[in-house]
Amino acid sequence: MSLEVTTAVERPTGLPSEAAASAHPVEAPPTGLASPVAILIGSLSFGALFLLAWQFLPPALGVPSYIIPTVTDLAREFVRMAQRENLMMHTLSTVTIATLGFIIGSLLGAAMGYVLGMSVFIEKVLSPYILGLQIAPKVAFAPLFIMWLGYNAWPKLIVTVLVVFFPIMVNVLQSMKTMDRDLVNLARAYSMSRLQIFWKVEMPASMPALMAGLRIGGTLAVIGVTVGELVGGNTGLGYLITFGEGQANTAMVFNAIVLLTLVGIILYGVVTMIESRVLHYIPRAMR
Amino acid sequence: MQKTASVLDLIGVTKRFSARGNASPLTAIERVTLNVRPGEFVAVVGPSGCGKSTILNLVAGLDRPSEGRILLNQVPVEGPNPTVGFMLQKDLLLPWRSIVHNVEFGLEARAISRGERRQRALRELQRCRLTDFAESYPYQLSGGMRQRAALARTLVIEPAIVLLDEPFSALDAQTKLILQKSFAQTIASSAITTLLITHDLMEAVIMSDRILVMSERPGRIVEEIPVDLPDRDNPMARISAPRAREYVDHLLASLHLQEKAA
Repeated sequence: MSLEVTTAVERPTGLPSEAAASAHPVEAPPTGLASPVAILIGSLSFGALFLLAWQFLPPALGVPSYIIPTVTDLAREFVRMAQRENLMMHTLSTVTIATLGFIIGSLLGAAMGYVLGMSVFIEKVLSPYILGLQIAPKVAFAPLFIMWLGYNAWPKLIVTVLVVFFPIMVNVLQSMKTMDRDLVNLARAYSMSRLQIFWKVEMPASMPALMAGLRIGGTLAVIGVTVGELVGGNTGLGYLITFGEGQANTAMVFNAIVLLTLVGIILYGVVTMIESRVLHYIPRAMR
Repeated sequence: MQKTASVLDLIGVTKRFSARGNASPLTAIERVTLNVRPGEFVAVVGPSGCGKSTILNLVAGLDRPSEGRILLNQVPVEGPNPTVGFMLQKDLLLPWRSIVHNVEFGLEARAISRGERRQRALRELQRCRLTDFAESYPYQLSGGMRQRAALARTLVIEPAIVLLDEPFSALDAQTKLILQKSFAQTIASSAITTLLITHDLMEAVIMSDRILVMSERPGRIVEEIPVDLPDRDNPMARISAPRAREYVDHLLASLHLQEKAA
Protein backbone atom coordinates (compact mmCIF):
# COMPACT_ATOMS: atom_id res chain seq x y z
CA MET A 1 0.00 0.00 0.00
CA SER A 2 2.51 2.57 1.16
CA LEU A 3 4.59 1.99 -1.96
CA GLU A 4 1.77 3.02 -4.21
CA VAL A 5 0.81 6.06 -2.23
CA THR A 6 4.30 7.52 -2.40
CA THR A 7 4.55 7.04 -6.14
CA ALA A 8 1.34 8.96 -6.59
CA VAL A 9 2.32 11.77 -4.27
CA GLU A 10 5.52 12.27 -6.18
CA ARG A 11 3.62 13.61 -9.14
CA PRO A 12 1.88 16.75 -8.02
CA THR A 13 -0.28 18.37 -10.63
CA GLY A 14 -1.95 21.70 -10.93
CA LEU A 15 0.95 23.25 -9.03
CA PRO A 16 2.67 26.28 -10.50
CA SER A 17 5.63 25.00 -12.48
CA GLU A 18 8.13 26.89 -10.33
CA ALA A 19 6.93 25.31 -7.12
CA ALA A 20 7.06 21.88 -8.73
CA ALA A 21 10.54 22.53 -10.03
CA SER A 22 11.91 23.70 -6.69
CA ALA A 23 10.38 20.79 -4.80
CA HIS A 24 11.60 18.29 -7.37
CA PRO A 25 14.75 19.51 -9.06
CA VAL A 26 14.80 16.37 -11.22
CA GLU A 27 11.64 17.52 -12.96
CA ALA A 28 13.11 20.87 -14.02
CA PRO A 29 12.20 22.01 -17.54
CA PRO A 30 14.14 20.12 -20.20
CA THR A 31 15.70 23.35 -21.48
CA GLY A 32 18.27 22.65 -18.82
CA LEU A 33 20.94 25.33 -18.57
CA ALA A 34 19.13 28.44 -19.82
CA SER A 35 16.56 30.08 -17.55
CA PRO A 36 13.26 31.31 -19.03
CA VAL A 37 14.34 34.92 -18.48
CA ALA A 38 17.54 34.42 -20.46
CA ILE A 39 15.54 32.85 -23.28
CA LEU A 40 13.14 35.80 -23.32
CA ILE A 41 15.99 38.34 -23.38
CA GLY A 42 17.64 36.38 -26.18
CA SER A 43 14.45 36.32 -28.26
CA LEU A 44 13.81 40.04 -27.77
CA SER A 45 17.34 41.05 -28.66
CA PHE A 46 17.23 38.89 -31.78
CA GLY A 47 14.03 40.69 -32.84
CA ALA A 48 15.55 44.10 -32.10
CA LEU A 49 18.68 43.23 -34.07
CA PHE A 50 16.59 42.09 -37.01
CA LEU A 51 14.58 45.33 -37.04
CA LEU A 52 17.74 47.43 -36.78
CA ALA A 53 19.30 45.57 -39.70
CA TRP A 54 16.11 46.07 -41.71
CA GLN A 55 16.14 49.78 -40.92
CA PHE A 56 19.77 50.52 -41.75
CA LEU A 57 21.16 47.80 -44.00
CA PRO A 58 19.15 48.35 -47.24
CA PRO A 59 19.81 52.14 -47.37
CA ALA A 60 23.49 51.51 -46.60
CA LEU A 61 23.64 49.06 -49.52
CA GLY A 62 21.86 51.54 -51.76
CA VAL A 63 18.58 49.57 -52.05
CA PRO A 64 15.82 52.07 -52.87
CA SER A 65 12.86 52.26 -50.47
CA TYR A 66 10.38 51.21 -53.19
CA ILE A 67 12.15 47.84 -53.22
CA ILE A 68 12.67 47.42 -49.47
CA PRO A 69 11.08 50.16 -47.37
CA THR A 70 12.66 50.72 -43.97
CA VAL A 71 10.87 50.02 -40.70
CA THR A 72 10.06 53.68 -40.20
CA ASP A 73 8.68 53.83 -43.75
CA LEU A 74 6.39 50.98 -42.82
CA ALA A 75 5.24 52.74 -39.65
CA ARG A 76 4.54 55.94 -41.57
CA GLU A 77 2.62 54.04 -44.23
CA PHE A 78 0.70 52.19 -41.52
CA VAL A 79 -0.57 55.45 -40.06
CA ARG A 80 -1.49 56.69 -43.55
CA MET A 81 -3.34 53.46 -44.28
CA ALA A 82 -5.24 53.73 -41.03
CA GLN A 83 -6.26 57.31 -41.86
CA ARG A 84 -6.85 57.16 -45.61
CA GLU A 85 -7.33 53.56 -46.70
CA ASN A 86 -9.94 52.34 -44.24
CA LEU A 87 -7.45 49.83 -42.83
CA MET A 88 -9.70 48.99 -39.89
CA MET A 89 -12.53 47.92 -42.16
CA HIS A 90 -10.22 45.78 -44.32
CA THR A 91 -8.68 44.09 -41.28
CA LEU A 92 -12.07 43.40 -39.72
CA SER A 93 -13.33 41.92 -42.98
CA THR A 94 -10.38 39.54 -43.13
CA VAL A 95 -10.71 38.58 -39.46
CA THR A 96 -14.44 37.95 -39.83
CA ILE A 97 -14.13 35.78 -42.90
CA ALA A 98 -11.13 33.88 -41.56
CA THR A 99 -12.94 33.19 -38.27
CA LEU A 100 -16.24 32.27 -39.90
CA GLY A 101 -14.52 30.08 -42.47
CA PHE A 102 -12.48 28.44 -39.76
CA ILE A 103 -15.52 27.67 -37.60
CA ILE A 104 -17.67 26.39 -40.48
CA GLY A 105 -14.80 24.42 -42.00
CA SER A 106 -13.96 22.86 -38.64
CA LEU A 107 -17.55 21.86 -37.90
CA LEU A 108 -18.06 20.36 -41.36
CA GLY A 109 -14.66 18.67 -41.32
CA ALA A 110 -15.17 17.16 -37.89
CA ALA A 111 -18.72 16.03 -38.73
CA MET A 112 -17.55 14.41 -41.96
CA GLY A 113 -14.65 12.76 -40.14
CA TYR A 114 -17.01 11.25 -37.55
CA VAL A 115 -19.52 10.09 -40.16
CA LEU A 116 -16.83 8.42 -42.26
CA GLY A 117 -15.22 7.03 -39.11
CA MET A 118 -18.46 5.36 -38.09
CA SER A 119 -19.13 3.80 -41.49
CA VAL A 120 -16.28 1.69 -42.76
CA PHE A 121 -18.11 1.03 -46.02
CA ILE A 122 -18.64 4.67 -46.98
CA GLU A 123 -15.09 5.46 -45.93
CA LYS A 124 -13.66 2.75 -48.17
CA VAL A 125 -15.83 3.80 -51.12
CA LEU A 126 -14.91 7.46 -50.83
CA SER A 127 -11.28 7.18 -49.75
CA PRO A 128 -9.65 7.56 -53.23
CA TYR A 129 -11.68 10.70 -53.88
CA ILE A 130 -10.94 12.10 -50.47
CA LEU A 131 -7.25 11.54 -51.11
CA GLY A 132 -7.55 13.29 -54.46
CA LEU A 133 -9.35 16.29 -53.01
CA GLN A 134 -6.90 16.40 -50.16
CA ILE A 135 -3.99 16.68 -52.59
CA ALA A 136 -5.71 19.13 -54.97
CA PRO A 137 -4.65 22.72 -54.24
CA LYS A 138 -7.87 24.08 -52.78
CA VAL A 139 -6.91 27.73 -53.21
CA ALA A 140 -6.80 27.18 -56.98
CA PHE A 141 -10.60 26.91 -56.87
CA ALA A 142 -10.89 30.55 -55.87
CA PRO A 143 -11.28 31.93 -59.43
CA LEU A 144 -14.01 29.35 -60.08
CA PHE A 145 -16.01 30.47 -57.08
CA ILE A 146 -15.65 34.07 -58.17
CA MET A 147 -16.98 33.22 -61.62
CA TRP A 148 -19.91 31.39 -60.05
CA LEU A 149 -20.73 33.70 -57.19
CA GLY A 150 -19.38 37.11 -58.12
CA TYR A 151 -17.16 39.64 -56.40
CA ASN A 152 -18.47 39.35 -52.86
CA ALA A 153 -17.68 37.66 -49.59
CA TRP A 154 -18.91 34.19 -50.61
CA PRO A 155 -15.95 33.02 -52.72
CA LYS A 156 -13.51 34.02 -49.97
CA LEU A 157 -15.57 32.26 -47.34
CA ILE A 158 -15.94 29.09 -49.39
CA VAL A 159 -12.22 28.89 -50.15
CA THR A 160 -11.45 29.30 -46.47
CA VAL A 161 -13.96 26.62 -45.49
CA LEU A 162 -12.53 24.25 -48.08
CA VAL A 163 -8.95 24.80 -46.97
CA VAL A 164 -9.82 24.26 -43.29
CA PHE A 165 -12.10 21.29 -43.91
CA PHE A 166 -9.60 18.67 -45.06
CA PRO A 167 -6.91 18.56 -42.40
CA ILE A 168 -9.57 18.45 -39.70
CA MET A 169 -11.59 15.75 -41.42
CA VAL A 170 -8.50 13.64 -42.05
CA ASN A 171 -7.32 13.98 -38.45
CA VAL A 172 -10.69 13.05 -36.99
CA LEU A 173 -11.12 10.15 -39.40
CA GLN A 174 -7.65 8.86 -38.58
CA SER A 175 -8.35 8.92 -34.86
CA MET A 176 -11.65 7.11 -35.36
CA LYS A 177 -9.89 4.44 -37.41
CA THR A 178 -7.18 3.92 -34.82
CA MET A 179 -9.59 3.82 -31.85
CA ASP A 180 -8.70 1.41 -29.09
CA ARG A 181 -11.09 -1.48 -29.83
CA ASP A 182 -10.92 -2.62 -26.22
CA LEU A 183 -12.40 0.68 -25.05
CA VAL A 184 -15.27 0.25 -27.48
CA ASN A 185 -15.70 -3.36 -26.37
CA LEU A 186 -15.80 -2.23 -22.77
CA ALA A 187 -18.63 0.16 -23.58
CA ARG A 188 -20.38 -2.61 -25.51
CA ALA A 189 -20.00 -4.98 -22.58
CA TYR A 190 -21.76 -2.36 -20.46
CA SER A 191 -24.66 -2.60 -22.95
CA MET A 192 -24.19 0.90 -24.31
CA SER A 193 -25.92 1.86 -27.52
CA ARG A 194 -24.01 2.83 -30.67
CA LEU A 195 -24.80 6.48 -30.01
CA GLN A 196 -23.72 6.27 -26.37
CA ILE A 197 -20.45 4.67 -27.43
CA PHE A 198 -19.90 7.56 -29.82
CA TRP A 199 -20.63 10.30 -27.30
CA LYS A 200 -18.97 8.72 -24.31
CA VAL A 201 -15.96 7.00 -25.86
CA GLU A 202 -15.20 7.72 -29.49
CA MET A 203 -15.74 11.45 -29.58
CA PRO A 204 -13.81 12.32 -26.42
CA ALA A 205 -11.05 9.93 -27.49
CA SER A 206 -10.70 11.82 -30.78
CA MET A 207 -10.20 15.20 -29.07
CA PRO A 208 -6.38 15.28 -29.25
CA ALA A 209 -6.53 14.55 -32.99
CA LEU A 210 -9.30 17.11 -33.50
CA MET A 211 -7.29 19.74 -31.66
CA ALA A 212 -4.20 19.00 -33.76
CA GLY A 213 -6.40 19.43 -36.84
CA LEU A 214 -7.75 22.73 -35.53
CA ARG A 215 -4.21 24.05 -35.10
CA ILE A 216 -3.39 23.29 -38.73
CA GLY A 217 -6.79 24.63 -39.79
CA GLY A 218 -6.26 27.89 -37.93
CA THR A 219 -3.14 28.74 -39.90
CA LEU A 220 -4.62 27.53 -43.17
CA ALA A 221 -7.71 29.70 -42.69
CA VAL A 222 -5.59 32.84 -43.08
CA ILE A 223 -4.06 31.48 -46.28
CA GLY A 224 -7.51 30.66 -47.63
CA VAL A 225 -8.97 34.07 -46.97
CA THR A 226 -5.86 35.81 -48.32
CA VAL A 227 -6.00 33.97 -51.62
CA GLY A 228 -9.72 34.67 -51.87
CA GLU A 229 -9.08 38.37 -51.37
CA LEU A 230 -6.12 38.42 -53.73
CA VAL A 231 -8.08 37.12 -56.69
CA GLY A 232 -11.33 38.94 -56.22
CA GLY A 233 -13.20 41.64 -54.43
CA ASN A 234 -12.33 45.03 -53.04
CA THR A 235 -12.07 44.38 -49.34
CA GLY A 236 -9.68 42.70 -46.96
CA LEU A 237 -5.96 42.67 -46.33
CA GLY A 238 -5.40 40.44 -49.33
CA TYR A 239 -7.06 43.08 -51.49
CA LEU A 240 -4.75 45.73 -49.99
CA ILE A 241 -1.82 43.60 -51.15
CA THR A 242 -2.95 43.67 -54.78
CA PHE A 243 -3.94 47.32 -54.44
CA GLY A 244 -0.51 48.22 -53.05
CA GLU A 245 1.11 46.17 -55.78
CA GLY A 246 -0.77 48.15 -58.44
CA GLN A 247 0.46 51.40 -56.95
CA ALA A 248 4.01 50.10 -56.51
CA ASN A 249 3.47 50.82 -52.80
CA THR A 250 5.82 48.23 -51.31
CA ALA A 251 5.29 49.48 -47.77
CA MET A 252 1.54 48.84 -48.06
CA VAL A 253 2.17 45.25 -49.18
CA PHE A 254 4.55 44.67 -46.30
CA ASN A 255 2.09 46.12 -43.81
CA ALA A 256 -0.75 43.96 -45.08
CA ILE A 257 1.46 40.87 -44.78
CA VAL A 258 2.39 41.78 -41.21
CA LEU A 259 -1.26 42.24 -40.28
CA LEU A 260 -2.25 38.94 -41.92
CA THR A 261 0.45 37.22 -39.90
CA LEU A 262 -0.91 38.81 -36.73
CA VAL A 263 -4.41 37.59 -37.57
CA GLY A 264 -2.99 34.09 -38.01
CA ILE A 265 -1.10 34.25 -34.73
CA ILE A 266 -4.19 35.35 -32.85
CA LEU A 267 -6.29 32.58 -34.38
CA TYR A 268 -3.60 30.06 -33.50
CA GLY A 269 -3.42 31.44 -29.96
CA VAL A 270 -7.16 31.06 -29.49
CA VAL A 271 -7.02 27.47 -30.72
CA THR A 272 -4.14 26.71 -28.35
CA MET A 273 -6.12 28.16 -25.45
CA ILE A 274 -9.14 26.04 -26.31
CA GLU A 275 -6.87 23.03 -26.64
CA SER A 276 -5.30 23.41 -23.21
CA ARG A 277 -8.82 23.69 -21.80
CA VAL A 278 -10.18 20.65 -23.60
CA LEU A 279 -7.09 18.48 -23.13
CA HIS A 280 -6.50 19.41 -19.50
CA TYR A 281 -6.37 15.72 -18.65
CA ILE A 282 -3.18 15.13 -20.62
CA PRO A 283 -0.02 15.89 -18.64
CA ARG A 284 1.74 18.93 -20.06
CA ALA A 285 4.98 17.14 -20.85
CA MET A 286 3.20 14.71 -23.16
CA ARG A 287 1.31 17.26 -25.22
CA MET B 1 -17.93 -27.88 -2.31
CA GLN B 2 -21.65 -28.36 -1.93
CA LYS B 3 -23.87 -28.90 -4.92
CA THR B 4 -25.28 -25.49 -5.82
CA ALA B 5 -26.38 -24.01 -9.10
CA SER B 6 -23.39 -22.54 -10.87
CA VAL B 7 -23.05 -18.91 -11.88
CA LEU B 8 -21.32 -19.69 -15.16
CA ASP B 9 -21.54 -22.78 -17.33
CA LEU B 10 -19.77 -23.46 -20.58
CA ILE B 11 -21.10 -26.62 -22.16
CA GLY B 12 -19.12 -28.05 -25.08
CA VAL B 13 -18.21 -24.64 -26.39
CA THR B 14 -16.27 -24.42 -29.65
CA LYS B 15 -15.23 -21.19 -31.33
CA ARG B 16 -13.95 -21.07 -34.88
CA PHE B 17 -12.79 -17.93 -36.63
CA SER B 18 -13.25 -17.93 -40.39
CA ALA B 19 -9.87 -17.10 -41.85
CA ARG B 20 -10.38 -14.76 -44.80
CA GLY B 21 -9.70 -16.39 -48.17
CA ASN B 22 -8.59 -19.53 -46.41
CA ALA B 23 -10.59 -22.71 -46.61
CA SER B 24 -9.84 -24.04 -43.13
CA PRO B 25 -11.13 -21.86 -40.30
CA LEU B 26 -9.05 -21.34 -37.20
CA THR B 27 -10.33 -23.18 -34.14
CA ALA B 28 -9.57 -21.12 -31.06
CA ILE B 29 -11.22 -23.33 -28.45
CA GLU B 30 -12.75 -26.77 -28.82
CA ARG B 31 -15.44 -28.45 -26.70
CA VAL B 32 -14.66 -26.47 -23.59
CA THR B 33 -16.83 -27.38 -20.65
CA LEU B 34 -16.43 -25.60 -17.36
CA ASN B 35 -18.47 -24.16 -14.55
CA VAL B 36 -17.95 -21.60 -11.83
CA ARG B 37 -19.96 -21.82 -8.60
CA PRO B 38 -21.12 -18.84 -6.56
CA GLY B 39 -18.30 -17.16 -4.66
CA GLU B 40 -15.72 -19.37 -6.30
CA PHE B 41 -12.43 -18.09 -7.70
CA VAL B 42 -11.42 -20.10 -10.76
CA ALA B 43 -8.19 -19.57 -12.65
CA VAL B 44 -7.59 -20.60 -16.27
CA VAL B 45 -3.97 -21.11 -17.28
CA GLY B 46 -2.47 -22.19 -20.57
CA PRO B 47 0.13 -21.42 -23.20
CA SER B 48 -0.23 -18.21 -25.17
CA GLY B 49 -2.68 -18.46 -28.03
CA CYS B 50 -4.71 -21.20 -26.35
CA GLY B 51 -7.91 -19.18 -26.58
CA LYS B 52 -8.05 -17.89 -23.02
CA SER B 53 -9.19 -14.49 -24.14
CA THR B 54 -11.69 -16.04 -26.53
CA ILE B 55 -13.44 -17.55 -23.51
CA LEU B 56 -13.62 -14.11 -21.96
CA ASN B 57 -15.11 -12.51 -25.07
CA LEU B 58 -17.69 -15.28 -25.32
CA VAL B 59 -18.76 -14.99 -21.68
CA ALA B 60 -18.90 -11.18 -21.95
CA GLY B 61 -21.25 -11.64 -24.90
CA LEU B 62 -18.98 -9.75 -27.29
CA ASP B 63 -18.69 -12.85 -29.45
CA ARG B 64 -20.90 -15.88 -30.10
CA PRO B 65 -19.78 -19.51 -29.83
CA SER B 66 -19.72 -21.62 -33.00
CA GLU B 67 -21.02 -24.59 -31.04
CA GLY B 68 -22.11 -25.28 -27.51
CA ARG B 69 -23.88 -23.21 -24.91
CA ILE B 70 -22.92 -20.56 -22.39
CA LEU B 71 -25.19 -20.07 -19.39
CA LEU B 72 -25.01 -17.27 -16.87
CA ASN B 73 -27.15 -18.06 -13.84
CA GLN B 74 -28.81 -20.75 -16.01
CA VAL B 75 -29.72 -18.17 -18.68
CA PRO B 76 -28.11 -18.42 -22.15
CA VAL B 77 -25.77 -15.54 -23.03
CA GLU B 78 -27.02 -13.77 -26.13
CA GLY B 79 -25.03 -10.57 -26.28
CA PRO B 80 -23.46 -8.07 -23.93
CA ASN B 81 -24.75 -8.69 -20.47
CA PRO B 82 -24.97 -6.30 -17.55
CA THR B 83 -24.23 -9.08 -15.06
CA VAL B 84 -20.71 -9.66 -16.36
CA GLY B 85 -17.84 -7.43 -15.31
CA PHE B 86 -14.57 -7.74 -17.14
CA MET B 87 -11.15 -6.35 -16.69
CA LEU B 88 -8.09 -6.53 -18.91
CA GLN B 89 -4.36 -6.05 -18.62
CA LYS B 90 -4.99 -2.48 -19.80
CA ASP B 91 -6.96 -0.53 -17.22
CA LEU B 92 -9.12 1.04 -19.97
CA LEU B 93 -9.78 4.09 -17.84
CA LEU B 94 -11.01 7.01 -19.90
CA PRO B 95 -8.23 9.59 -19.57
CA TRP B 96 -10.59 12.56 -19.88
CA ARG B 97 -12.69 11.49 -16.90
CA SER B 98 -11.88 11.78 -13.21
CA ILE B 99 -11.59 8.50 -11.33
CA VAL B 100 -15.07 8.68 -9.78
CA HIS B 101 -16.51 9.60 -13.17
CA ASN B 102 -14.70 6.61 -14.67
CA VAL B 103 -16.24 4.32 -12.09
CA GLU B 104 -19.65 5.72 -12.98
CA PHE B 105 -19.07 4.78 -16.63
CA GLY B 106 -20.35 1.23 -16.18
CA LEU B 107 -23.62 2.48 -14.70
CA GLU B 108 -24.39 5.01 -17.41
CA ALA B 109 -26.25 2.62 -19.66
CA ARG B 110 -28.68 1.99 -16.82
CA ALA B 111 -31.75 3.88 -15.76
CA ILE B 112 -30.51 5.20 -12.45
CA SER B 113 -30.29 8.77 -11.29
CA ARG B 114 -27.12 10.81 -11.46
CA GLY B 115 -27.04 11.15 -7.69
CA GLU B 116 -27.36 7.45 -7.03
CA ARG B 117 -24.74 6.72 -9.65
CA ARG B 118 -22.27 9.04 -7.93
CA GLN B 119 -23.10 7.53 -4.56
CA ARG B 120 -22.53 3.98 -5.71
CA ALA B 121 -19.27 4.96 -7.41
CA LEU B 122 -17.99 6.61 -4.25
CA ARG B 123 -18.97 3.58 -2.17
CA GLU B 124 -17.04 1.35 -4.56
CA LEU B 125 -14.00 3.62 -4.45
CA GLN B 126 -14.06 3.34 -0.70
CA ARG B 127 -14.08 -0.44 -0.93
CA CYS B 128 -11.07 -0.27 -3.27
CA ARG B 129 -9.39 2.30 -0.97
CA LEU B 130 -9.28 5.08 -3.54
CA THR B 131 -11.56 7.65 -1.93
CA ASP B 132 -8.80 10.26 -1.77
CA PHE B 133 -8.26 10.02 -5.50
CA ALA B 134 -11.91 10.25 -6.60
CA GLU B 135 -11.37 13.60 -8.28
CA SER B 136 -7.94 12.78 -9.73
CA TYR B 137 -7.39 11.99 -13.37
CA PRO B 138 -5.96 8.64 -14.49
CA TYR B 139 -2.57 10.10 -15.47
CA GLN B 140 -2.10 11.24 -11.87
CA LEU B 141 -2.30 7.67 -10.54
CA SER B 142 0.28 4.91 -10.45
CA GLY B 143 -0.24 1.75 -12.49
CA GLY B 144 -1.40 -0.24 -9.47
CA MET B 145 -3.89 2.41 -8.42
CA ARG B 146 -5.24 2.61 -11.94
CA GLN B 147 -5.90 -1.13 -11.90
CA ARG B 148 -7.72 -0.75 -8.57
CA ALA B 149 -9.81 2.02 -10.11
CA ALA B 150 -10.58 -0.35 -12.98
CA LEU B 151 -11.63 -2.99 -10.46
CA ALA B 152 -13.92 -0.45 -8.79
CA ARG B 153 -15.48 0.31 -12.18
CA THR B 154 -15.93 -3.43 -12.74
CA LEU B 155 -17.49 -4.09 -9.35
CA VAL B 156 -19.80 -1.08 -9.25
CA ILE B 157 -22.22 -2.74 -11.65
CA GLU B 158 -22.57 -5.55 -9.11
CA PRO B 159 -21.78 -8.29 -11.60
CA ALA B 160 -22.75 -11.90 -11.04
CA ILE B 161 -19.26 -12.82 -12.20
CA VAL B 162 -16.04 -10.92 -12.72
CA LEU B 163 -13.74 -11.90 -15.57
CA LEU B 164 -10.11 -10.92 -15.07
CA ASP B 165 -7.91 -11.20 -18.15
CA GLU B 166 -4.30 -11.00 -16.97
CA PRO B 167 -5.02 -7.89 -14.93
CA PHE B 168 -1.59 -7.80 -13.27
CA SER B 169 0.71 -8.68 -16.14
CA ALA B 170 1.61 -5.09 -17.03
CA LEU B 171 2.75 -4.27 -13.50
CA ASP B 172 6.17 -4.52 -11.88
CA ALA B 173 6.76 -7.44 -9.52
CA GLN B 174 6.21 -5.56 -6.26
CA THR B 175 3.13 -3.66 -7.34
CA LYS B 176 1.79 -6.93 -8.65
CA LEU B 177 2.06 -8.63 -5.24
CA ILE B 178 0.45 -5.68 -3.47
CA LEU B 179 -2.34 -5.56 -5.99
CA GLN B 180 -2.96 -9.32 -5.91
CA LYS B 181 -3.45 -9.03 -2.19
CA SER B 182 -5.66 -6.00 -2.55
CA PHE B 183 -7.83 -7.73 -5.19
CA ALA B 184 -7.99 -10.95 -3.16
CA GLN B 185 -9.20 -9.08 -0.09
CA THR B 186 -11.84 -7.13 -1.98
CA ILE B 187 -13.06 -10.22 -3.80
CA ALA B 188 -13.12 -12.43 -0.70
CA SER B 189 -14.81 -9.85 1.52
CA SER B 190 -17.79 -9.63 -0.84
CA ALA B 191 -17.68 -13.26 -2.00
CA ILE B 192 -17.44 -12.20 -5.62
CA THR B 193 -17.46 -14.99 -8.18
CA THR B 194 -14.36 -14.67 -10.30
CA LEU B 195 -12.82 -16.20 -13.40
CA LEU B 196 -9.15 -15.27 -13.72
CA ILE B 197 -7.32 -15.79 -16.98
CA THR B 198 -3.58 -15.74 -16.54
CA HIS B 199 -0.29 -17.09 -17.83
CA ASP B 200 1.34 -16.64 -14.42
CA LEU B 201 1.25 -20.06 -12.76
CA MET B 202 2.10 -18.76 -9.28
CA GLU B 203 -0.63 -16.17 -9.58
CA ALA B 204 -3.15 -18.89 -10.38
CA VAL B 205 -2.03 -20.91 -7.36
CA ILE B 206 -2.03 -18.11 -4.81
CA MET B 207 -5.32 -16.53 -5.83
CA SER B 208 -7.74 -19.26 -6.80
CA ASP B 209 -9.84 -22.13 -5.44
CA ARG B 210 -9.53 -24.17 -8.61
CA ILE B 211 -7.25 -24.11 -11.65
CA LEU B 212 -8.21 -25.19 -15.15
CA VAL B 213 -5.31 -26.02 -17.46
CA MET B 214 -5.77 -25.47 -21.17
CA SER B 215 -3.87 -27.06 -24.04
CA GLU B 216 -2.33 -25.35 -27.01
CA ARG B 217 -4.60 -24.28 -29.86
CA PRO B 218 -7.19 -25.51 -30.35
CA GLY B 219 -7.67 -24.80 -26.65
CA ARG B 220 -9.15 -27.60 -24.59
CA ILE B 221 -9.31 -28.10 -20.87
CA VAL B 222 -6.82 -30.83 -20.10
CA GLU B 223 -6.74 -30.76 -16.33
CA GLU B 224 -8.64 -29.46 -13.35
CA ILE B 225 -6.73 -28.85 -10.13
CA PRO B 226 -8.50 -27.89 -6.91
CA VAL B 227 -6.19 -25.70 -4.85
CA ASP B 228 -6.32 -26.99 -1.31
CA LEU B 229 -4.54 -24.15 0.45
CA PRO B 230 -5.71 -21.79 3.22
CA ASP B 231 -5.63 -17.98 2.99
CA ARG B 232 -7.34 -17.39 -0.31
CA ASP B 233 -7.83 -13.79 0.77
CA ASN B 234 -4.10 -13.37 1.35
CA PRO B 235 -1.91 -14.34 -1.61
CA MET B 236 1.15 -13.10 0.26
CA ALA B 237 0.67 -15.80 2.88
CA ARG B 238 0.10 -18.45 0.22
CA ILE B 239 3.15 -17.50 -1.79
CA SER B 240 5.46 -18.54 1.02
CA ALA B 241 3.64 -21.82 1.69
CA PRO B 242 5.82 -24.73 0.53
CA ARG B 243 2.82 -26.49 -0.93
CA ALA B 244 2.20 -23.58 -3.29
CA ARG B 245 5.51 -24.46 -4.92
CA GLU B 246 4.30 -28.05 -5.37
CA TYR B 247 1.21 -26.84 -7.21
CA VAL B 248 3.34 -24.70 -9.51
CA ASP B 249 5.62 -27.67 -10.21
CA HIS B 250 2.60 -29.75 -11.02
CA LEU B 251 1.35 -27.07 -13.41
CA LEU B 252 4.76 -26.85 -15.06
CA ALA B 253 4.64 -30.57 -15.69
CA SER B 254 1.05 -30.41 -16.84
CA LEU B 255 1.88 -27.77 -19.42
CA HIS B 256 5.01 -29.69 -20.53
CA LEU B 257 7.05 -26.54 -20.09
CA GLN B 258 10.19 -28.42 -19.04
CA GLU B 259 10.28 -30.44 -22.26
CA LYS B 260 9.74 -27.34 -24.36
CA ALA B 261 12.58 -25.48 -22.71
CA ALA B 262 14.95 -28.39 -23.35
